[in-house]
Amino acid sequence: MLEFAARYAAGAFALDAAFKTGPGITALFGRSGAGKSTVLALIAGLARAQSGRIAVDQRLLYDSAAGIDVPPHRRRIGYVFQEGRLLPHLTVRQNLLYGRFFFPNGRLPLAQAVALLGLEELLDRRPAKLSGGEKQRVAIGRALLSDPAILLLDEPLASLDAPRKAEILYYIERLRDELTVPMVYVSHSLDEVVRLADSIVVLSEGRVVGSGAMREMMGRAELRPYLGHHEGGAVIEARVVHQDLQSGLAHLEFGGGVFEIPDLEALVGERIRVHVRARDVSLALARPAGLSIRNIFAATVVSFAADEGPSLDVELDIAGTPLTARITRKSATELGLRSGVPVFALVKSVSIDRRSVGYA
Amino acid sequence: MSSAEIAILLLSLKVAFWAMLGTLPVALALAWLLARADFAGKALLDGIINLPLVLPPVVVGYLLLVAFGRNGPLGAPLEHYLGIRFAFRWTGAALAAAIMGLPLAVRAMRQAIEAVDERLEAAAATLGAGPAWIFASVTLPLAVPGILNGLLLSFGRSLGEFGATITFVSNIPGETQTLPLAIYSFTQVPGGDMQAMRLCVVSIVVSLGALMLSELLLRRANLRAAGHDA
Repeated sequence: MLEFAARYAAGAFALDAAFKTGPGITALFGRSGAGKSTVLALIAGLARAQSGRIAVDQRLLYDSAAGIDVPPHRRRIGYVFQEGRLLPHLTVRQNLLYGRFFFPNGRLPLAQAVALLGLEELLDRRPAKLSGGEKQRVAIGRALLSDPAILLLDEPLASLDAPRKAEILYYIERLRDELTVPMVYVSHSLDEVVRLADSIVVLSEGRVVGSGAMREMMGRAELRPYLGHHEGGAVIEARVVHQDLQSGLAHLEFGGGVFEIPDLEALVGERIRVHVRARDVSLALARPAGLSIRNIFAATVVSFAADEGPSLDVELDIAGTPLTARITRKSATELGLRSGVPVFALVKSVSIDRRSVGYA
Repeated sequence: MSSAEIAILLLSLKVAFWAMLGTLPVALALAWLLARADFAGKALLDGIINLPLVLPPVVVGYLLLVAFGRNGPLGAPLEHYLGIRFAFRWTGAALAAAIMGLPLAVRAMRQAIEAVDERLEAAAATLGAGPAWIFASVTLPLAVPGILNGLLLSFGRSLGEFGATITFVSNIPGETQTLPLAIYSFTQVPGGDMQAMRLCVVSIVVSLGALMLSELLLRRANLRAAGHDA
């Protein structure tokens, strides 16, 4: 697992960050300029910290105190760059095998990587003849085939259009589920992060403002400004209990009840992660009737997130599952909301789209 | 063409070829140093490499004669230990031509190496390639068009070398008398105008042929480096 602690300064930018990651996907989240890519460059040895200590699986890569600085080519870090960076003079096959040459005893066979990433048709082409999404798939395969101890992905979707993004997300999910390589995924898109990551490190202006499990972090009110006000909300883990083919609605069971959401490609029994934006949750004092909203849960008001302006976030508890509702200050006053008041939380099914759902 | 003219042409091509071949490793190493390495005295090295461009060729030729003459500080040990002799031999003509062409070759190759995206080299490093391997498998293949161009410039410059050659290895028919030296000789004797003109035409044809061949190679190399099948 990755242990990271480093100070780094270049010009007006300064980074002073420390965090640890576990298995699965860790999202490195923050606005552009927050230092996300710098952290990756320091891990891979493409930039040098002024001081600090970086280790992967107890193997020291950099330690200013001990005078250790392993050169990039001996670090065993898989790096997927924003722009792919395939070698233009080599075919896809040669690009894939480039790193394998140095690590011939890699755990992942070429055939498996090719199958996992759907590269069968591309092997004899050159990078100039690939689409953006294909390039990224090859770049991911190339990094994996160099048998890395950890895989770093630097906004691999940034230069792609929406359909290509969905395509790559699908492949990254497959890798997460079928391989054991831990990944650090840099992104400034909360959608991607919620869908993929198990844990998250939030960076702002070169500092770590929060890190921990995805679900817990999404509920932390003090991180809202960093996670994006508009997108803020809760993450609920649920299990598919029924696919109603007639209505096209999937029924997801979680601790507090059953969610109905449309257009979910998942099998009964699969575990799903749903991002419910606070702005999509309404509150009522009595269970409303004659309403189009399908998801109505009995909840208790826990607290209010102090927020400036006319709106505020109400933290709710649905039989142990946290949920957040963003309502106007005026409504909160008129409804007499206080901590401990029982309410009903209302979530429109269609407000949960495919982008809000990930496979846990 | 008479057999004498053919011999002159072949000698010229031999001198230019070996000058070009000898230039390749030296120019490539210098170009890489100037493009990618950072060291004290880089500006000085750059200046020294470019000196032949601005010095009178006769100065280069004379310094070569002093250094590589049979009793010179370099010429004597080279002949004694390695049996390599430059003074008044065609090998000396090739050496003089190589040094005169070096700045042109280094310049072209340096630009080619500088144009290789360093981000690709960084990507290769993360895949496990050390510096030497990165140079051989990324930098070099992507710089091939510029390297070929540098070689051509060296070859062309060698075909035309006159001042340094005649000073260093003299004008010996059959040994060091290349095309320009032969033309010069014919212009110095009464009635040699026709001979001189014939060799001028040979010179033009050979140079033009080399240019066109290199243009063809360059186009193919450019295509390959850009990732197309050539």
